[in-house]
Amino acid sequence: MKRRKFIRNTLLGATATFIGTEIVFSSSIPKNYTPIIQQDPDLYKLFNKDKEMTVLNDKPWNIEAKAHLLDDKITPNKYMFIRNNGIIPQNIDASKWTLIIDGESVFKPKTYTLQDLKTKFKQHTYQLTLECGGNGRSEFNPPAKGNQWTVGAVSCAEWTGVRLKDVLKDVGIKDTAVYIGYHAADTHLSGDPDKEPISRGVPMHKAYQEETLLAFKMNGEAIPLAHGYPLRLVAGGWPASASGKWVNRISIRNKVHDGTKMKAPAYRVPCHPVAHGEKVKDDAMCIIESMPVKSLITYPKSGAMISEGNTLNIRGHAWAGELEVQKMAYSIDFGATWHLCEIAPPVNRLAWQHFSSTVNFPKKGYYEIWVRATDTEGSSQPMLLPGWNPKGYLNNACHRIAVKVK
Amino acid sequence: MNDKKFRNNAKRIYLTLTLFFGLLIVGLGGLIYKMINPSFLSFNDENITETYVETKNPDVIKNGIHVATGFKDDEGLSIVIVNCTPCHSAKLVTQNRATKDGWISIIRWMQETQNLWDLGNNEDIIVNYLAKNYAPSKKGRREVLTKIEWYDLEN
Ligand code: HEC
Repeated sequence: MKRRKFIRNTLLGATATFIGTEIVFSSSIPKNYTPIIQQDPDLYKLFNKDKEMTVLNDKPWNIEAKAHLLDDKITPNKYMFIRNNGIIPQNIDASKWTLIIDGESVFKPKTYTLQDLKTKFKQHTYQLTLECGGNGRSEFNPPAKGNQWTVGAVSCAEWTGVRLKDVLKDVGIKDTAVYIGYHAADTHLSGDPDKEPISRGVPMHKAYQEETLLAFKMNGEAIPLAHGYPLRLVAGGWPASASGKWVNRISIRNKVHDGTKMKAPAYRVPCHPVAHGEKVKDDAMCIIESMPVKSLITYPKSGAMISEGNTLNIRGHAWAGELEVQKMAYSIDFGATWHLCEIAPPVNRLAWQHFSSTVNFPKKGYYEIWVRATDTEGSSQPMLLPGWNPKGYLNNACHRIAVKVK
Repeated sequence: MNDKKFRNNAKRIYLTLTLFFGLLIVGLGGLIYKMINPSFLSFNDENITETYVETKNPDVIKNGIHVATGFKDDEGLSIVIVNCTPCHSAKLVTQNRATKDGWISIIRWMQETQNLWDLGNNEDIIVNYLAKNYAPSKKGRREVLTKIEWYDLEN
Protein backbone atom coordinates (compact mmCIF):
# COMPACT_ATOMS: atom_id res chain seq x y z
CA MET A 1 0.00 0.00 0.00
CA LYS A 2 2.71 2.42 1.08
CA ARG A 3 4.92 1.25 -1.74
CA ARG A 4 2.26 1.81 -4.35
CA LYS A 5 1.71 5.30 -3.10
CA PHE A 6 5.43 5.93 -3.32
CA ILE A 7 5.61 4.78 -6.96
CA ARG A 8 2.58 6.89 -7.72
CA ASN A 9 4.15 9.97 -6.30
CA THR A 10 7.50 9.62 -8.02
CA LEU A 11 5.88 8.91 -11.34
CA LEU A 12 3.64 11.86 -10.92
CA GLY A 13 6.70 13.94 -10.22
CA ALA A 14 8.38 12.71 -13.39
CA THR A 15 5.41 13.31 -15.69
CA ALA A 16 4.30 16.53 -14.11
CA THR A 17 6.67 18.49 -16.31
CA PHE A 18 4.77 17.29 -19.38
CA ILE A 19 1.26 17.15 -18.14
CA GLY A 20 1.26 20.25 -16.02
CA THR A 21 -0.05 20.84 -12.56
CA GLU A 22 -3.70 20.93 -13.54
CA ILE A 23 -3.79 17.15 -13.79
CA VAL A 24 -2.22 16.72 -10.40
CA PHE A 25 -5.38 18.14 -8.94
CA SER A 26 -7.95 16.42 -11.16
CA SER A 27 -6.52 13.00 -10.35
CA SER A 28 -6.13 13.48 -6.63
CA ILE A 29 -8.55 11.92 -4.19
CA PRO A 30 -11.55 14.20 -3.57
CA LYS A 31 -10.66 16.61 -0.85
CA ASN A 32 -12.68 17.05 2.30
CA TYR A 33 -15.52 14.82 1.27
CA THR A 34 -17.83 14.77 4.23
CA PRO A 35 -20.54 12.26 3.32
CA ILE A 36 -22.84 13.95 5.79
CA ILE A 37 -23.48 16.72 3.24
CA GLN A 38 -24.94 14.16 0.88
CA GLN A 39 -26.91 12.45 3.60
CA ASP A 40 -28.69 15.53 4.76
CA PRO A 41 -28.69 18.53 2.46
CA ASP A 42 -30.55 20.60 5.03
CA LEU A 43 -27.92 20.24 7.69
CA TYR A 44 -26.23 23.54 7.01
CA LYS A 45 -29.46 25.30 6.17
CA LEU A 46 -30.86 24.29 9.52
CA PHE A 47 -28.50 26.68 11.30
CA ASN A 48 -27.66 28.97 8.36
CA LYS A 49 -24.06 27.80 8.48
CA ASP A 50 -21.62 28.05 5.63
CA LYS A 51 -20.90 24.78 3.82
CA GLU A 52 -17.19 25.09 4.57
CA MET A 53 -17.84 24.79 8.31
CA THR A 54 -16.66 21.49 9.82
CA VAL A 55 -19.20 19.30 11.60
CA LEU A 56 -17.46 17.50 14.45
CA ASN A 57 -20.64 16.01 15.82
CA ASP A 58 -24.26 16.14 14.72
CA LYS A 59 -25.80 14.94 17.98
CA PRO A 60 -25.21 17.05 19.93
CA TRP A 61 -24.32 19.75 17.41
CA ASN A 62 -20.68 20.70 17.42
CA ILE A 63 -19.52 22.70 14.42
CA GLU A 64 -16.37 24.74 13.93
CA ALA A 65 -15.00 27.27 11.46
CA LYS A 66 -11.75 27.17 9.54
CA ALA A 67 -9.24 29.97 10.12
CA HIS A 68 -9.91 31.73 6.79
CA LEU A 69 -13.67 31.76 7.40
CA LEU A 70 -13.14 33.98 10.44
CA ASP A 71 -11.82 36.90 8.40
CA ASP A 72 -14.72 39.27 9.22
CA LYS A 73 -14.10 41.76 12.00
CA ILE A 74 -17.45 40.85 13.51
CA THR A 75 -18.18 37.14 13.10
CA PRO A 76 -21.42 36.57 11.16
CA ASN A 77 -23.68 33.71 12.25
CA LYS A 78 -22.74 31.53 9.29
CA TYR A 79 -19.12 31.30 10.48
CA MET A 80 -19.81 31.03 14.18
CA PHE A 81 -18.88 27.77 15.88
CA ILE A 82 -21.52 25.77 17.75
CA ARG A 83 -20.69 23.85 20.91
CA ASN A 84 -23.77 22.16 22.28
CA ASN A 85 -23.77 19.75 25.21
CA GLY A 86 -27.37 18.60 24.95
CA ILE A 87 -30.45 18.79 22.78
CA ILE A 88 -31.53 22.22 21.54
CA PRO A 89 -34.90 23.20 23.11
CA GLN A 90 -37.90 22.90 20.82
CA ASN A 91 -40.89 25.19 20.22
CA ILE A 92 -39.66 28.21 22.12
CA ASP A 93 -42.27 30.89 22.72
CA ALA A 94 -40.28 34.04 23.46
CA SER A 95 -43.39 35.90 24.63
CA LYS A 96 -43.76 33.39 27.47
CA TRP A 97 -40.04 33.15 28.28
CA THR A 98 -39.10 33.97 31.85
CA LEU A 99 -35.87 34.33 33.75
CA ILE A 100 -35.87 33.43 37.44
CA ILE A 101 -33.15 34.79 39.70
CA ASP A 102 -32.91 32.63 42.82
CA GLY A 103 -30.34 30.90 45.01
CA GLU A 104 -29.03 31.04 48.59
CA SER A 105 -27.79 34.60 48.20
CA VAL A 106 -30.90 36.43 46.99
CA PHE A 107 -33.20 38.01 49.54
CA LYS A 108 -36.22 36.88 47.53
CA PRO A 109 -36.36 35.09 44.16
CA LYS A 110 -37.62 37.26 41.34
CA THR A 111 -38.99 36.45 37.88
CA TYR A 112 -38.66 38.59 34.77
CA THR A 113 -40.27 38.16 31.37
CA LEU A 114 -38.15 38.95 28.33
CA GLN A 115 -40.25 42.07 27.93
CA ASP A 116 -39.44 43.11 31.52
CA LEU A 117 -35.73 42.77 30.84
CA LYS A 118 -35.94 44.74 27.62
CA THR A 119 -37.98 47.59 29.06
CA LYS A 120 -36.85 47.89 32.69
CA PHE A 121 -33.11 48.05 32.09
CA LYS A 122 -30.77 50.03 29.88
CA GLN A 123 -29.53 48.09 26.87
CA HIS A 124 -25.87 47.80 25.92
CA THR A 125 -24.03 46.42 22.89
CA TYR A 126 -20.52 44.95 22.96
CA GLN A 127 -18.36 42.87 20.67
CA LEU A 128 -17.38 39.91 22.82
CA THR A 129 -14.87 37.16 22.12
CA LEU A 130 -16.22 33.72 22.88
CA GLU A 131 -13.81 30.82 22.61
CA CYS A 132 -14.51 27.23 23.56
CA GLY A 133 -12.18 26.13 26.37
CA GLY A 134 -11.34 23.08 24.26
CA ASN A 135 -10.44 25.00 21.09
CA GLY A 136 -7.23 23.38 19.77
CA ARG A 137 -7.81 20.16 21.74
CA SER A 138 -7.02 18.01 18.67
CA GLU A 139 -3.33 18.86 18.95
CA PHE A 140 -2.70 17.48 22.41
CA ASN A 141 -0.52 14.42 22.82
CA PRO A 142 -1.45 12.04 24.36
CA PRO A 143 -4.92 12.86 23.00
CA ALA A 144 -7.55 14.45 25.22
CA LYS A 145 -11.15 13.27 25.10
CA GLY A 146 -14.01 15.33 23.80
CA ASN A 147 -14.75 17.11 20.54
CA GLN A 148 -11.52 17.41 18.60
CA TRP A 149 -11.57 21.13 17.89
CA THR A 150 -8.79 22.47 15.65
CA VAL A 151 -8.67 26.28 15.50
CA GLY A 152 -12.21 27.37 14.69
CA ALA A 153 -14.08 27.30 18.01
CA VAL A 154 -13.82 31.04 18.49
CA SER A 155 -15.96 34.01 17.46
CA CYS A 156 -16.42 37.67 18.14
CA ALA A 157 -19.99 38.73 17.49
CA GLU A 158 -21.84 41.83 18.59
CA TRP A 159 -24.12 41.09 21.53
CA THR A 160 -26.95 43.30 22.72
CA GLY A 161 -28.69 42.94 26.04
CA VAL A 162 -28.91 44.24 29.57
CA ARG A 163 -26.16 44.15 32.15
CA LEU A 164 -26.45 41.24 34.54
CA LYS A 165 -25.30 43.55 37.33
CA ASP A 166 -28.26 45.89 36.73
CA VAL A 167 -30.67 42.98 37.04
CA LEU A 168 -28.92 41.62 40.15
CA LYS A 169 -29.11 45.03 41.76
CA ASP A 170 -32.84 45.09 41.07
CA VAL A 171 -33.23 41.66 42.69
CA GLY A 172 -31.10 42.46 45.75
CA ILE A 173 -28.12 40.23 46.47
CA LYS A 174 -26.76 39.26 49.87
CA ASP A 175 -23.11 39.71 50.89
CA THR A 176 -22.78 35.95 51.01
CA ALA A 177 -22.85 35.70 47.20
CA VAL A 178 -19.86 33.87 45.72
CA TYR A 179 -20.86 32.58 42.32
CA ILE A 180 -23.68 32.61 39.81
CA GLY A 181 -24.87 29.42 38.13
CA TYR A 182 -27.11 29.37 35.07
CA HIS A 183 -29.82 26.87 34.23
CA ALA A 184 -31.23 26.46 30.76
CA ALA A 185 -33.89 24.86 28.61
CA ASP A 186 -31.73 22.40 26.68
CA THR A 187 -32.20 18.71 27.56
CA HIS A 188 -29.83 15.86 28.34
CA LEU A 189 -28.74 13.50 25.56
CA SER A 190 -29.93 10.48 27.50
CA GLY A 191 -33.46 11.90 27.55
CA ASP A 192 -33.45 12.00 31.35
CA PRO A 193 -35.59 15.07 32.25
CA ASP A 194 -33.89 15.40 35.65
CA LYS A 195 -30.43 15.82 34.17
CA GLU A 196 -29.00 19.11 32.98
CA PRO A 197 -26.59 18.90 30.03
CA ILE A 198 -24.62 21.85 31.35
CA SER A 199 -25.04 24.38 34.17
CA ARG A 200 -21.99 26.54 34.69
CA GLY A 201 -21.32 30.07 35.84
CA VAL A 202 -18.82 32.68 36.95
CA PRO A 203 -17.70 34.24 40.25
CA MET A 204 -19.45 37.44 41.35
CA HIS A 205 -16.65 39.77 40.19
CA LYS A 206 -17.15 38.52 36.62
CA ALA A 207 -20.94 38.64 36.98
CA TYR A 208 -20.66 42.30 37.99
CA GLN A 209 -18.54 43.36 35.01
CA GLU A 210 -20.10 45.93 32.69
CA GLU A 211 -19.68 43.66 29.66
CA THR A 212 -21.39 40.65 31.24
CA LEU A 213 -24.77 40.64 29.53
CA LEU A 214 -28.10 38.94 29.50
CA ALA A 215 -28.30 39.15 25.71
CA PHE A 216 -31.27 38.86 23.42
CA LYS A 217 -29.63 40.02 20.20
CA MET A 218 -26.62 38.86 18.23
CA ASN A 219 -25.32 41.02 15.39
CA GLY A 220 -28.43 43.17 15.61
CA GLU A 221 -30.97 40.37 15.27
CA ALA A 222 -32.65 37.89 17.58
CA ILE A 223 -30.06 35.34 18.69
CA PRO A 224 -30.10 32.32 16.34
CA LEU A 225 -31.60 29.22 17.96
CA ALA A 226 -28.31 27.28 18.05
CA HIS A 227 -26.66 30.16 19.88
CA GLY A 228 -29.18 30.51 22.67
CA TYR A 229 -32.46 32.08 21.49
CA PRO A 230 -34.17 33.86 23.13
CA LEU A 231 -31.80 34.67 26.03
CA ARG A 232 -28.12 34.05 26.55
CA LEU A 233 -25.73 34.91 29.34
CA VAL A 234 -22.61 36.32 27.68
CA ALA A 235 -19.37 36.50 29.66
CA GLY A 236 -16.69 37.37 27.09
CA GLY A 237 -13.05 36.36 27.47
CA TRP A 238 -13.88 33.27 29.55
CA PRO A 239 -14.47 29.73 28.25
CA ALA A 240 -17.61 30.06 26.13
CA SER A 241 -19.29 27.43 28.32
CA ALA A 242 -19.67 30.16 30.95
CA SER A 243 -21.99 31.94 28.50
CA GLY A 244 -25.11 29.82 28.99
CA LYS A 245 -27.56 29.51 26.12
CA TRP A 246 -31.39 29.34 26.44
CA VAL A 247 -31.03 30.65 29.97
CA ASN A 248 -34.19 30.57 32.10
CA ARG A 249 -32.77 30.66 35.63
CA ILE A 250 -29.74 32.11 37.33
CA SER A 251 -28.93 31.01 40.86
CA ILE A 252 -26.89 33.30 43.08
CA ARG A 253 -24.85 30.86 45.11
CA ASN A 254 -23.14 31.22 48.48
CA LYS A 255 -20.45 28.79 47.26
CA VAL A 256 -18.80 27.92 43.98
CA HIS A 257 -21.63 26.76 41.73
CA ASP A 258 -21.84 22.96 41.62
CA GLY A 259 -23.94 22.43 38.48
CA THR A 260 -23.20 19.97 35.68
CA LYS A 261 -19.75 20.49 34.16
CA MET A 262 -18.60 22.73 37.01
CA LYS A 263 -16.96 19.71 38.62
CA ALA A 264 -13.64 18.15 37.58
CA PRO A 265 -12.51 17.30 35.03
CA ALA A 266 -14.86 19.56 33.01
CA TYR A 267 -13.46 23.00 32.20
CA ARG A 268 -10.64 22.55 34.69
CA VAL A 269 -6.88 22.23 34.31
CA PRO A 270 -4.34 20.84 36.79
CA CYS A 271 -3.68 23.41 39.54
CA HIS A 272 -0.01 22.53 39.21
CA PRO A 273 1.67 21.65 35.90
CA VAL A 274 1.79 17.93 35.11
CA ALA A 275 3.77 15.69 32.74
CA HIS A 276 2.20 14.53 29.47
CA GLY A 277 -0.40 11.87 30.16
CA GLU A 278 -0.13 12.09 33.95
CA LYS A 279 -3.22 11.09 35.92
CA VAL A 280 -4.59 14.04 37.87
CA LYS A 281 -6.90 13.73 40.87
CA ASP A 282 -10.18 15.63 40.71
CA ASP A 283 -9.31 17.79 43.71
CA ALA A 284 -6.07 18.87 42.00
CA MET A 285 -7.98 20.39 39.06
CA CYS A 286 -8.76 24.13 39.07
CA ILE A 287 -11.56 25.98 37.25
CA ILE A 288 -10.51 27.86 34.09
CA GLU A 289 -11.28 31.56 34.30
CA SER A 290 -9.84 34.02 31.76
CA MET A 291 -8.77 32.46 28.43
CA PRO A 292 -5.09 32.85 27.45
CA VAL A 293 -3.59 35.15 24.80
CA LYS A 294 -4.12 33.84 21.27
CA SER A 295 -4.30 34.86 17.62
CA LEU A 296 -5.40 33.57 14.24
CA ILE A 297 -4.30 34.37 10.68
CA THR A 298 -7.55 34.73 8.75
CA TYR A 299 -6.04 35.95 5.49
CA PRO A 300 -4.68 34.45 3.36
CA LYS A 301 -5.97 30.92 3.60
CA SER A 302 -3.12 28.46 4.20
CA GLY A 303 -1.62 27.17 0.93
CA ALA A 304 -1.19 30.47 -0.95
CA MET A 305 1.37 30.40 -3.77
CA ILE A 306 2.79 33.76 -4.81
CA SER A 307 5.38 34.81 -7.36
CA GLU A 308 8.89 35.69 -6.34
CA GLY A 309 9.30 39.40 -5.71
CA ASN A 310 5.71 39.89 -4.57
CA THR A 311 4.83 40.85 -1.04
CA LEU A 312 2.03 39.18 0.88
CA ASN A 313 -0.50 41.02 3.01
CA ILE A 314 -1.56 39.07 6.05
CA ARG A 315 -4.24 39.83 8.62
CA GLY A 316 -6.20 38.28 11.44
CA HIS A 317 -7.39 38.70 15.01
CA ALA A 318 -5.79 38.46 18.43
CA TRP A 319 -7.37 38.29 21.87
CA ALA A 320 -6.25 37.77 25.45
CA GLY A 321 -9.18 36.80 27.68
CA GLU A 322 -9.62 39.48 30.33
CA LEU A 323 -6.51 41.28 29.12
CA GLU A 324 -5.56 43.10 25.94
CA VAL A 325 -3.09 42.20 23.25
CA GLN A 326 -0.18 44.59 23.44
CA LYS A 327 2.13 43.26 20.76
CA MET A 328 1.70 41.15 17.65
CA ALA A 329 4.53 39.63 15.64
CA TYR A 330 5.04 37.22 12.74
CA SER A 331 7.93 34.98 11.71
CA ILE A 332 8.70 33.32 8.37
CA ASP A 333 11.70 31.39 9.71
CA PHE A 334 10.15 29.30 12.48
CA GLY A 335 10.80 31.85 15.16
CA ALA A 336 14.43 32.71 14.37
CA THR A 337 13.38 36.30 13.67
CA TRP A 338 10.14 38.09 14.50
CA HIS A 339 8.63 41.17 12.84
CA LEU A 340 6.03 43.40 14.43
CA CYS A 341 2.51 43.57 13.00
CA GLU A 342 0.16 46.50 13.30
CA ILE A 343 -2.44 45.78 15.97
CA ALA A 344 -5.55 47.87 16.55
CA PRO A 345 -6.93 48.50 20.04
CA PRO A 346 -10.14 46.60 20.87
CA VAL A 347 -13.47 48.26 20.00
CA ASN A 348 -14.43 47.59 23.61
CA ARG A 349 -13.01 45.50 26.43
CA LEU A 350 -13.14 41.73 25.66
CA ALA A 351 -13.44 42.26 21.88
CA TRP A 352 -10.79 40.70 19.68
CA GLN A 353 -8.25 42.99 18.03
CA HIS A 354 -7.27 43.09 14.37
CA PHE A 355 -3.70 42.80 13.16
CA SER A 356 -2.13 43.15 9.74
CA SER A 357 1.26 43.23 8.11
CA THR A 358 3.04 43.00 4.77
CA VAL A 359 5.41 40.09 4.43
CA ASN A 360 8.54 40.03 2.23
CA PHE A 361 10.21 36.77 1.29
CA PRO A 362 13.97 36.70 0.64
CA LYS A 363 13.89 33.95 -2.00
CA LYS A 364 11.79 31.19 -3.55
CA GLY A 365 10.67 28.28 -1.46
CA TYR A 366 8.33 26.85 1.15
CA TYR A 367 7.53 29.08 4.08
CA GLU A 368 5.33 29.03 7.11
CA ILE A 369 4.04 32.25 8.57
CA TRP A 370 3.71 31.95 12.33
CA VAL A 371 2.00 34.67 14.37
CA ARG A 372 2.44 35.38 18.03
CA ALA A 373 0.50 37.70 20.31
CA THR A 374 1.72 39.10 23.64
CA ASP A 375 -0.71 40.32 26.29
CA THR A 376 -0.49 43.32 28.59
CA GLU A 377 1.10 41.20 31.30
CA GLY A 378 3.90 40.05 29.02
CA SER A 379 2.68 36.51 28.30
CA SER A 380 3.11 35.32 24.72
CA GLN A 381 1.77 32.37 22.81
CA PRO A 382 4.03 29.31 22.90
CA MET A 383 5.21 27.88 19.57
CA LEU A 384 4.89 24.37 20.95
CA LEU A 385 1.80 23.04 22.67
CA PRO A 386 1.27 24.62 26.11
CA GLY A 387 1.12 22.48 29.25
CA TRP A 388 -0.61 19.17 28.72
CA ASN A 389 -3.85 18.69 30.67
CA PRO A 390 -6.23 15.72 30.84
CA LYS A 391 -9.12 17.37 28.99
CA GLY A 392 -7.07 19.26 26.43
CA TYR A 393 -8.04 22.83 27.28
CA LEU A 394 -6.30 26.15 26.63
CA ASN A 395 -4.21 25.31 23.60
CA ASN A 396 -3.01 28.77 22.61
CA ALA A 397 0.01 27.65 20.56
CA CYS A 398 0.91 29.99 17.68
CA HIS A 399 -1.22 29.67 14.55
CA ARG A 400 0.64 29.16 11.26
CA ILE A 401 -0.11 28.98 7.56
CA ALA A 402 1.88 27.52 4.66
CA VAL A 403 3.02 29.75 1.78
CA LYS A 404 5.03 28.97 -1.35
CA VAL A 405 7.04 31.54 -3.27
CA LYS A 406 7.48 30.42 -6.88
CA MET B 1 19.13 30.05 -51.56
CA ASN B 2 18.69 26.29 -51.97
CA ASP B 3 20.67 25.84 -48.87
CA LYS B 4 18.27 28.00 -46.89
CA LYS B 5 15.22 26.15 -48.28
CA PHE B 6 16.78 22.85 -47.27
CA ARG B 7 17.49 24.17 -43.81
CA ASN B 8 13.89 25.39 -43.49
CA ASN B 9 12.56 22.00 -44.57
CA ALA B 10 14.82 20.25 -42.12
CA LYS B 11 13.66 22.56 -39.37
CA ARG B 12 10.01 21.78 -40.18
CA ILE B 13 10.62 18.03 -40.15
CA TYR B 14 12.54 18.40 -36.93
CA LEU B 15 9.69 20.35 -35.35
CA THR B 16 7.07 17.82 -36.49
CA LEU B 17 9.16 14.98 -35.13
CA THR B 18 9.67 16.72 -31.78
CA LEU B 19 5.97 17.39 -31.54
CA PHE B 20 5.19 13.77 -32.45
CA PHE B 21 7.59 12.31 -29.91
CA GLY B 22 6.56 14.86 -27.33
CA LEU B 23 2.93 13.85 -27.69
CA LEU B 24 3.94 10.18 -27.64
CA ILE B 25 5.79 10.65 -24.35
CA VAL B 26 2.87 12.55 -22.83
CA GLY B 27 0.44 9.85 -24.01
CA LEU B 28 2.61 7.02 -22.77
CA GLY B 29 3.26 8.79 -19.50
CA GLY B 30 -0.48 9.23 -19.06
CA LEU B 31 -1.11 5.57 -19.89
CA ILE B 32 1.49 4.31 -17.44
CA TYR B 33 0.15 6.65 -14.79
CA LYS B 34 -3.36 5.40 -15.53
CA MET B 35 -2.16 1.82 -15.03
CA ILE B 36 -0.83 2.70 -11.61
CA ASN B 37 -3.62 5.02 -10.62
CA PRO B 38 -6.78 3.76 -12.37
CA SER B 39 -8.89 6.73 -11.30
CA PHE B 40 -6.67 9.11 -13.33
CA LEU B 41 -8.78 11.13 -15.80
CA SER B 42 -11.88 8.99 -15.34
CA PHE B 43 -14.61 11.40 -14.59
CA ASN B 44 -16.99 9.07 -12.84
CA ASP B 45 -14.32 8.77 -10.16
CA GLU B 46 -14.97 5.86 -7.85
CA ASN B 47 -14.15 7.89 -4.78
CA ILE B 48 -16.69 10.54 -5.60
CA THR B 49 -19.55 8.16 -6.38
CA GLU B 50 -18.89 6.33 -3.15
CA THR B 51 -19.88 9.27 -1.05
CA TYR B 52 -23.23 9.39 -2.82
CA VAL B 53 -23.98 5.81 -1.81
CA GLU B 54 -27.48 5.15 -0.53
CA THR B 55 -27.00 5.79 3.16
CA LYS B 56 -30.51 4.90 4.20
CA ASN B 57 -29.68 1.19 4.36
CA PRO B 58 -28.33 0.71 7.89
CA ASP B 59 -26.16 -2.30 7.01
CA VAL B 60 -24.05 -1.01 4.12
CA ILE B 61 -20.30 -1.43 4.60
CA LYS B 62 -18.06 0.37 2.09
CA ASN B 63 -14.28 0.30 2.16
CA GLY B 64 -14.35 -1.15 5.64
CA ILE B 65 -16.56 1.63 6.97
CA HIS B 66 -20.12 1.23 8.19
CA VAL B 67 -21.69 3.94 6.05
CA ALA B 68 -24.60 4.95 8.28
CA THR B 69 -22.43 5.61 11.35
CA GLY B 70 -18.86 5.97 10.07
CA PHE B 71 -17.60 3.24 12.41
CA LYS B 72 -14.85 0.91 11.15
CA ASP B 73 -16.05 -2.58 10.30
CA ASP B 74 -14.50 -4.98 12.78
CA GLU B 75 -15.43 -7.56 15.38
CA GLY B 76 -17.95 -6.06 17.77
CA LEU B 77 -19.28 -3.42 15.38
CA SER B 78 -22.95 -4.17 15.93
CA ILE B 79 -22.55 -4.19 19.73
CA VAL B 80 -20.75 -0.85 19.54
CA ILE B 81 -23.48 0.65 17.36
CA VAL B 82 -26.21 -0.53 19.69
CA ASN B 83 -24.51 0.78 22.84
CA CYS B 84 -22.69 3.87 21.68
CA THR B 85 -25.09 5.74 19.40
CA PRO B 86 -28.36 6.11 21.37
CA CYS B 87 -27.30 9.35 23.07
CA HIS B 88 -24.82 11.02 20.73
CA SER B 89 -23.82 10.31 17.17
CA ALA B 90 -20.95 7.98 16.38
CA LYS B 91 -18.93 11.04 15.33
CA LEU B 92 -18.19 11.82 18.97
CA VAL B 93 -16.69 8.36 19.31
CA THR B 94 -14.77 8.17 16.03
CA GLN B 95 -13.09 11.57 16.44
CA ASN B 96 -11.52 10.44 19.73
CA ARG B 97 -8.38 8.34 20.22
CA ALA B 98 -7.46 6.46 23.38
CA THR B 99 -5.69 3.43 24.76
CA LYS B 100 -7.62 0.57 26.32
CA ASP B 101 -7.36 2.24 29.74
CA GLY B 102 -8.39 5.53 28.20
CA TRP B 103 -11.54 4.04 26.64
CA ILE B 104 -12.43 2.35 29.91
CA SER B 105 -12.12 5.66 31.75
CA ILE B 106 -14.33 7.42 29.17
CA ILE B 107 -16.94 4.71 29.67
CA ARG B 108 -16.69 5.00 33.48
CA TRP B 109 -17.12 8.75 33.27
CA MET B 110 -20.28 8.33 31.18
CA GLN B 111 -21.59 5.71 33.58
CA GLU B 112 -20.98 7.93 36.58
CA THR B 113 -22.24 11.21 35.13
CA GLN B 114 -24.17 10.68 31.88
CA ASN B 115 -26.56 7.77 32.53
CA LEU B 116 -24.61 5.22 30.51
CA TRP B 117 -25.69 1.74 31.52
CA ASP B 118 -23.65 -1.22 32.77
CA LEU B 119 -22.28 -2.83 29.61
CA GLY B 120 -21.91 -6.28 31.19
CA ASN B 121 -20.11 -8.86 29.07
CA ASN B 122 -20.20 -6.49 26.14
CA GLU B 123 -17.77 -4.10 27.79
CA ASP B 124 -14.74 -6.19 26.85
CA ILE B 125 -15.89 -6.49 23.25
CA ILE B 126 -16.56 -2.74 23.02
CA VAL B 127 -13.30 -1.71 24.67
CA ASN B 128 -11.26 -4.09 22.50
CA TYR B 129 -12.96 -2.80 19.37
CA LEU B 130 -12.30 0.83 20.35
CA ALA B 131 -8.72 0.32 21.53
CA LYS B 132 -7.85 -1.46 18.30
CA ASN B 133 -9.61 0.80 15.81
CA TYR B 134 -9.33 4.15 17.56
CA ALA B 135 -5.90 4.00 19.15
CA PRO B 136 -3.78 7.10 19.70
CA SER B 137 -0.86 7.93 17.43
CA LYS B 138 2.19 9.81 18.66
CA LYS B 139 1.82 13.43 17.63
CA GLY B 140 4.77 14.98 19.43
CA ARG B 141 4.76 18.54 20.71
CA ARG B 142 3.70 20.08 17.40
CA GLU B 143 2.72 18.39 14.17
CA VAL B 144 3.93 19.24 10.67
CA LEU B 145 1.32 21.04 8.56
CA THR B 146 -0.36 18.50 6.29
CA LYS B 147 -3.23 18.44 3.80
CA ILE B 148 -2.23 21.84 2.47
CA GLU B 149 -4.41 22.78 -0.51
CA TRP B 150 -2.15 24.91 -2.68
CA TYR B 151 -3.66 27.70 -4.75
CA ASP B 152 -2.31 30.68 -6.72
CA LEU B 153 -2.74 34.00 -5.00
CA GLU B 154 -2.50 37.06 -7.25
CA ASN B 155 -1.82 40.41 -5.68
C1 HEC C 1 -26.69 7.31 28.09
C2 HEC C 1 -26.16 8.19 27.09
C3 HEC C 1 -24.81 7.80 26.47
C4 HEC C 1 -24.45 6.61 25.88
C5 HEC C 1 -25.30 5.39 25.66
C6 HEC C 1 -23.06 6.78 25.46
N1 HEC C 1 -22.65 8.03 25.76
FE1 HEC C 1 -20.82 8.81 25.28
N2 HEC C 1 -21.39 10.60 26.09
C7 HEC C 1 -22.63 10.89 26.62
C8 HEC C 1 -22.70 12.31 26.94
C9 HEC C 1 -23.89 13.05 27.53
C10 HEC C 1 -21.46 12.87 26.57
C11 HEC C 1 -21.03 14.33 26.63
C12 HEC C 1 -21.41 14.96 25.32
C13 HEC C 1 -20.89 16.36 25.12
O1 HEC C 1 -20.41 16.96 26.06
O2 HEC C 1 -20.98 16.84 23.97
C14 HEC C 1 -20.66 11.77 26.04
C15 HEC C 1 -19.38 11.92 25.57
C16 HEC C 1 -18.62 10.92 24.97
C17 HEC C 1 -17.27 11.08 24.51
C18 HEC C 1 -16.46 12.38 24.62
C19 HEC C 1 -15.92 12.42 26.02
C20 HEC C 1 -15.85 13.79 26.62
O3 HEC C 1 -15.14 13.92 27.62
O4 HEC C 1 -16.50 14.73 26.13
C21 HEC C 1 -16.87 9.89 24.00
C22 HEC C 1 -15.53 9.58 23.40
C23 HEC C 1 -17.99 8.98 24.13
N3 HEC C 1 -19.04 9.64 24.71
C24 HEC C 1 -17.97 7.64 23.73
C25 HEC C 1 -19.02 6.76 23.95
C26 HEC C 1 -18.92 5.33 23.71
C27 HEC C 1 -17.70 4.62 23.19
C28 HEC C 1 -20.14 4.80 24.01
C29 HEC C 1 -20.54 3.35 23.96
C30 HEC C 1 -19.94 2.52 24.96
C31 HEC C 1 -20.99 5.90 24.46
N4 HEC C 1 -20.28 7.05 24.42
C32 HEC C 1 -22.31 5.76 24.86
C33 HEC C 1 -23.66 10.02 26.81
C34 HEC C 1 -23.69 8.70 26.36
